[in-house]
Amino acid sequence: MSAGGPVSPVHVTGEVLASKRIGAFWHLTLVAPGVGERFRPGTFLAVSVGSPDEGRTRLARRALWIHQVRPLGGYAATVQVVVEPVGPGTRWLAGLERGDRVEVTGPLGRPFALPKEPVSTVLVGEGYAAAPLFSLAERLRERDCPVTLVLGAPDEARLLNALEARRTARAVTVVTRDGSVGARGEIADVLDEVLRRAGADVVYAAGPTPVLHAVALAAEAHGAWSQTALEQPLTCATGLCHGCPVPVVGEDGVARTARACADGPVLRGDRVRWDDLAGARS
Amino acid sequence: MTVLAGLRLASPVVVAAGCGGTGRELAAYGSLDALGAFTTRTITLDARRGGPVPRLLETPSGLLHATGLPNPGVDGFLATELPWLLQQRARVVVSVAARSLGELAELARRLGTAPGVSAIEVNVSPPDTGPEPELMSAREPFQVGAAVAAVERELPRGVPVLAKLRPDAVRVVEAARAAVEAGAQALVVGQALPASMPDGRAAGLSGPAVGPLALRCLVEVLEAVDVPVVAGGGVATVADVRARLALGAVAVQVGAALLHDPTTAARLVAALDPDTTSEETPDR
Ligand SMILES: Cc1cc2nc3c(=O)[nH]c(=O)nc-3n(C[C@H](O)[C@H](O)[C@H](O)COP(=O)(O)OP(=O)(O)OC[C@H]3O[C@@H](n4cnc5c(N)ncnc54)[C@H](O)[C@@H]3O)c2cc1C
Ligand SMILES: Cc1cc2nc3c(=O)[nH]c(=O)nc-3n(C[C@H](O)[C@H](O)[C@H](O)COP(=O)(O)O)c2cc1C
Ligand code: FES
Repeated sequence: MSAGGPVSPVHVTGEVLASKRIGAFWHLTLVAPGVGERFRPGTFLAVSVGSPDEGRTRLARRALWIHQVRPLGGYAATVQVVVEPVGPGTRWLAGLERGDRVEVTGPLGRPFALPKEPVSTVLVGEGYAAAPLFSLAERLRERDCPVTLVLGAPDEARLLNALEARRTARAVTVVTRDGSVGARGEIADVLDEVLRRAGADVVYAAGPTPVLHAVALAAEAHGAWSQTALEQPLTCATGLCHGCPVPVVGEDGVARTARACADGPVLRGDRVRWDDLAGARS
Repeated sequence: MTVLAGLRLASPVVVAAGCGGTGRELAAYGSLDALGAFTTRTITLDARRGGPVPRLLETPSGLLHATGLPNPGVDGFLATELPWLLQQRARVVVSVAARSLGELAELARRLGTAPGVSAIEVNVSPPDTGPEPELMSAREPFQVGAAVAAVERELPRGVPVLAKLRPDAVRVVEAARAAVEAGAQALVVGQALPASMPDGRAAGLSGPAVGPLALRCLVEVLEAVDVPVVAGGGVATVADVRARLALGAVAVQVGAALLHDPTTAARLVAALDPDTTSEETPDR
């Protein structure tokens, strides 16, 4: 595996090029010069809540996975993010319209590590957090790695891009909690079967902490590597505040504390001390 | 030209303790050698892991923080963080706190003789002392004086000691006088405001919300002492900096604003640089 070093971020005033509601999510396309150009799957961006001219009332940044980077409207590398409105910041983002400005920092964090050999891969994502998996799948296919996708969600409205998934992956498993599409249940229920059938060598996952923990355990049981993209509450998202501790075990076996934003968000699943991580139990 | 306790600073804009990461993260947004100084997060004798989550919470125009002062300890800092900062030609001010006066003296000995350390800032009243062995946090002026004296005695000539004071408008002048009598060559006014997390854990409150309170403390201290004073607390805009310098502060510290916009310090440096006549730096 080629380990993902940190990418070099930029901080820019971006502009909304398009906003479109699909199911429960808002898909925002942003012009944020420099962010898309540096993107690697698994990195994220941070936005400030509130228009750049309005001053500072909400100081914490809001983290969003970079979903896709593509040329659009004369811009070489627009950045697409998927927003689920759950609180004041994400609701503000969902209310943005074409032409609105937003402060963007990115890409941030360490990306998914890519295999050097054409090994079998399984990509697991729940809800909006499946966003980084589609560009990851493209890179893996370029390396001749077979890709199996597992997409989960509470319901169909929060299932990301299931149609596109079928174009991207060799096999797709869909699980929803209410059974509105795919199998009824949790991602954790299907992992063993999928990993076995795919003969997985590497499992990539993004989603709530319990899903990541389940992936790390299942991967270990199958003798596969896991790359888990953590979502922890972030404040600065840039590595400055030390507010996002993740208990890990270093290469040397010594227990340490990593920063979710700067040392992550992608960490090896077998290096995270899941039982000591806040929010690891559902 | 900014001169602080005999140190010539490239700019009056200084990064506040604990808000610039290890320096590496901040360097992505502007070179560290253009700053007045980079203040490290508070370094203790032994490494500290830091406190439980949540460590930070957003409040209206502010940030509440109870980090528990995580840091690699003085050995780790000297081995891995200081050399890199010096390579960037950053002017390094090391913030320190300790469990005892003896530990403070030990820290001062170790750091004062480390090549490249420009000054020591004593974090005399950290608002959150963490769940690990608790650190000293001065409430009384005599405690401020004792902490400053413990450090000052150990430092070689040319390495000044700065005292970072709690911005308590009622008592900050007494604390300032005690610090100066004990040998502080400059003061930082001030620290985050003592505050509390919703669960009752001791915390600090920072950001624009505390600016006017910190400013009141600054004014009172400037009237009372003759040493240079660095203004901290709620600084985010060029107007904030200009107001503090106009009142008599020699420099400012930028903290929480960096967590909101990592380019803040670099932007302020550029806007205040007399050599640049950029029209491009509005008051934000
Ligand atoms: C690496 C990463 C990638 C993410 N990608 C996406 C994405 O693509 N789409 C999306 O809709 N959401 C994403 N999230 C979650 C999103 O950042 C939070 O839901 C959002 O910050 C909540 O802000 P709020 O003001 O709407 O809600 P509130 O819950 O009121 O948030 C208040 C505060 O809590 C913090 N916070 C709360 N929940 C989270 C959380 N789960 N993760 C991080 N910070 C949190 C916020 O930063 C803020 O300081 C991501 C989180 C991380 C860490
Ligand atoms: C996340 C965070 C961590 C901090 N860590 C330290 C620290 O280690 N030592 C210290 O003396 N002050 C620390 N502070 C206080 C700041 O250095 C600064 O004095 C205070 O936040 C007020 O300035 P501001 O409003 O510009 O942030 C910290 C502040 C924040 C927000
Ligand atoms: S959120 Fe500030 S260091 Fe990670």
